Amino acid sequence: MGKTLFDKIWDAHVVNNIEGGPSQLYIDRHYCHEVTSPQAFEGLRTRGLKVFRPEKTFCSPDHNIPTLNQDKPIADPVSRNQVETLTRNANEFGVTLFGLGHAKNGIIHVIGPENGLTLPGYTIVCGDSHTSTHGAFGAVAFGIGTSEVEMVLASQCILQPKPKTMRINVNGQLRPGVTAKDIALYIIAKMTTGGATGYFVEYAGDTIRNLSMEERMTVCNLSIEMGARGGMIAPDETTFAYVEGREFAPKGEEWEKAVAYWRTLPSDPDAEFDREINFDAADIEPRITFGTNPGMGIGINDPIPAPDPEDEAGKISYEKSLDYMGFKVGQVLAGTPIDYVFLGSCTNGRIEDFRAFANFVKGKKKAPGVTAWLVPGSWKVDAQIREEGLDKILEEAGFEIRQPGCSACLAMNEDKVPAGKLAVSTSNRNFEGRQGPGSRTILAGPLVAAASAVTGVLTDPRTV
Amino acid sequence: MKEKFSTITSTCVPLPMENVDTDQIIPARFLKATSREGFGDNLFRDWRYDKDGNPVKDFVLNDPTYSGCILVAGKNFGSGSSREHAAWAIHDYGFRVVVSSFFADIHKNNELNNFVLPVVVSEPFLAELFESIAANPRTEVKVDLPSQTITNLATGNSETFDINAYKKQCLSEGLDDIEYLLSKKDDIEAWEAKR
Repeated sequence: MGKTLFDKIWDAHVVNNIEGGPSQLYIDRHYCHEVTSPQAFEGLRTRGLKVFRPEKTFCSPDHNIPTLNQDKPIADPVSRNQVETLTRNANEFGVTLFGLGHAKNGIIHVIGPENGLTLPGYTIVCGDSHTSTHGAFGAVAFGIGTSEVEMVLASQCILQPKPKTMRINVNGQLRPGVTAKDIALYIIAKMTTGGATGYFVEYAGDTIRNLSMEERMTVCNLSIEMGARGGMIAPDETTFAYVEGREFAPKGEEWEKAVAYWRTLPSDPDAEFDREINFDAADIEPRITFGTNPGMGIGINDPIPAPDPEDEAGKISYEKSLDYMGFKVGQVLAGTPIDYVFLGSCTNGRIEDFRAFANFVKGKKKAPGVTAWLVPGSWKVDAQIREEGLDKILEEAGFEIRQPGCSACLAMNEDKVPAGKLAVSTSNRNFEGRQGPGSRTILAGPLVAAASAVTGVLTDPRTV
Repeated sequence: MKEKFSTITSTCVPLPMENVDTDQIIPARFLKATSREGFGDNLFRDWRYDKDGNPVKDFVLNDPTYSGCILVAGKNFGSGSSREHAAWAIHDYGFRVVVSSFFADIHKNNELNNFVLPVVVSEPFLAELFESIAANPRTEVKVDLPSQTITNLATGNSETFDINAYKKQCLSEGLDDIEYLLSKKDDIEAWEAKR
């Protein structure tokens, strides 16, 4: 029987299989940020250990940094200490740091790919659930806890039970105004927030194949929001064209060898998956969420559905969720006044997202009552925004660009949506309080965000 | 000193919510610490305290009717962020077992790595357990790791639960994965060399 893309990469990285237990998996690339790593480095110190393979770990502070005045000391002393701790740890243990103010600094899941650190066939981990982003390159990439960060630092290996495999096929032509984010939100709503738990997902089909690398990253990024251990897409010419020439990517003869290997990775025609699911691209509308997990999503013009009458236990959570959001079953949300718009995050903070947003708002004006935070995913994205003149378009439309970081996606810094306020956010989670205590989040793609920013109400981009 | 896990009999704290995400277990603004200690104070912070910091009376952790070191929660417990701080908060608060009908993968690993035992039970067993606790908040549950069984002592019903043999040994003997991996350094170097 043939092997899946996932199996080929996983099997090529198994150092040992523990009988009746997990696999000992070798890790090619380890990304670190300031929030989930300090206790891991401290653990090494306590045990008197060094980092085993320091050249394979790259760090960037992103979660807990301001998006204004990054040249000045961080005002919050607790945040400052956490960011400075990452700097100290990187220096002490000899791992690469793209610190605050560095030209390569940015959200770890944005800078990995843009610097050629993320490659097909790799095993990639980070103490962050959105590590699944890197699966877009045909890598086995998944989020881990801090104890596991310590394992990787200490041994370049991790102990993991092998997940089951699932293939999600999306075929057909996307409708106008539908983005990669909408594809992902559609799949998550169909699967539910926990529906892919225990599985590693491969996305396939012609709709997926026709996506750009950045769009593929958006789709894979959100895999965790249906519980999947990770998501991945087979490497192809689109992948190779993106990777070629990037700083840390292989060069010359090494490049040729690498591409030849990467071409062997796609799932064999007779490979079998534990689950296989098909979706039709034509069924996907611009999407929004209405509840407090990313699986609670609908097309932008659909009414909020009633809870499943069969699911007595789920009803309590569903009602609590709608109560928190202040919405009712049957309500259509298009036209609802909004307070905040957030463009950014590891989900939608790349140049194509800024192009889409800027092209939409070009010649229009931001609605007066809306606070908009536009936060590039990295300094490289910021530089490209300026190079392409998107900053001018955005400024003329009344928007300002902030400095890179995770920002309002999880609101660890000052970028907090106030209690009760409604935000249209291109980020990845609409959990209670995610964007600030009491904040209410509607997840959407960059076009819905742009349309809503100029009208001041939740808006279908096809109607503006 | 390393903890060891064997058999626990305790009353339970019921949380009959589904999809309890790690942002609820420990909100992001409490993740700024650089040590593992003290997270229990902010466990379920925004459900447990109002915006002025006063305890929310009807939240289960503030209700003296319920106590014990076993947390019983609805399905898909620990979804979302990979933050191990969630497992640290659960452990620091005093829980040693979390019972649910299924767990998010990353959080489940995080619990196991912190000597909190995630026990996966069937939906009917979970529903009955919630009913038992509602009928009598002093309902006790026995979790026996050696035999991998969980028993609702109110009804006498029990189920076996899965845990891989390696992790079972780690919990029983107080071992952690890093010690195991360090013992395999030669294998790792040999693997790198033949790559």
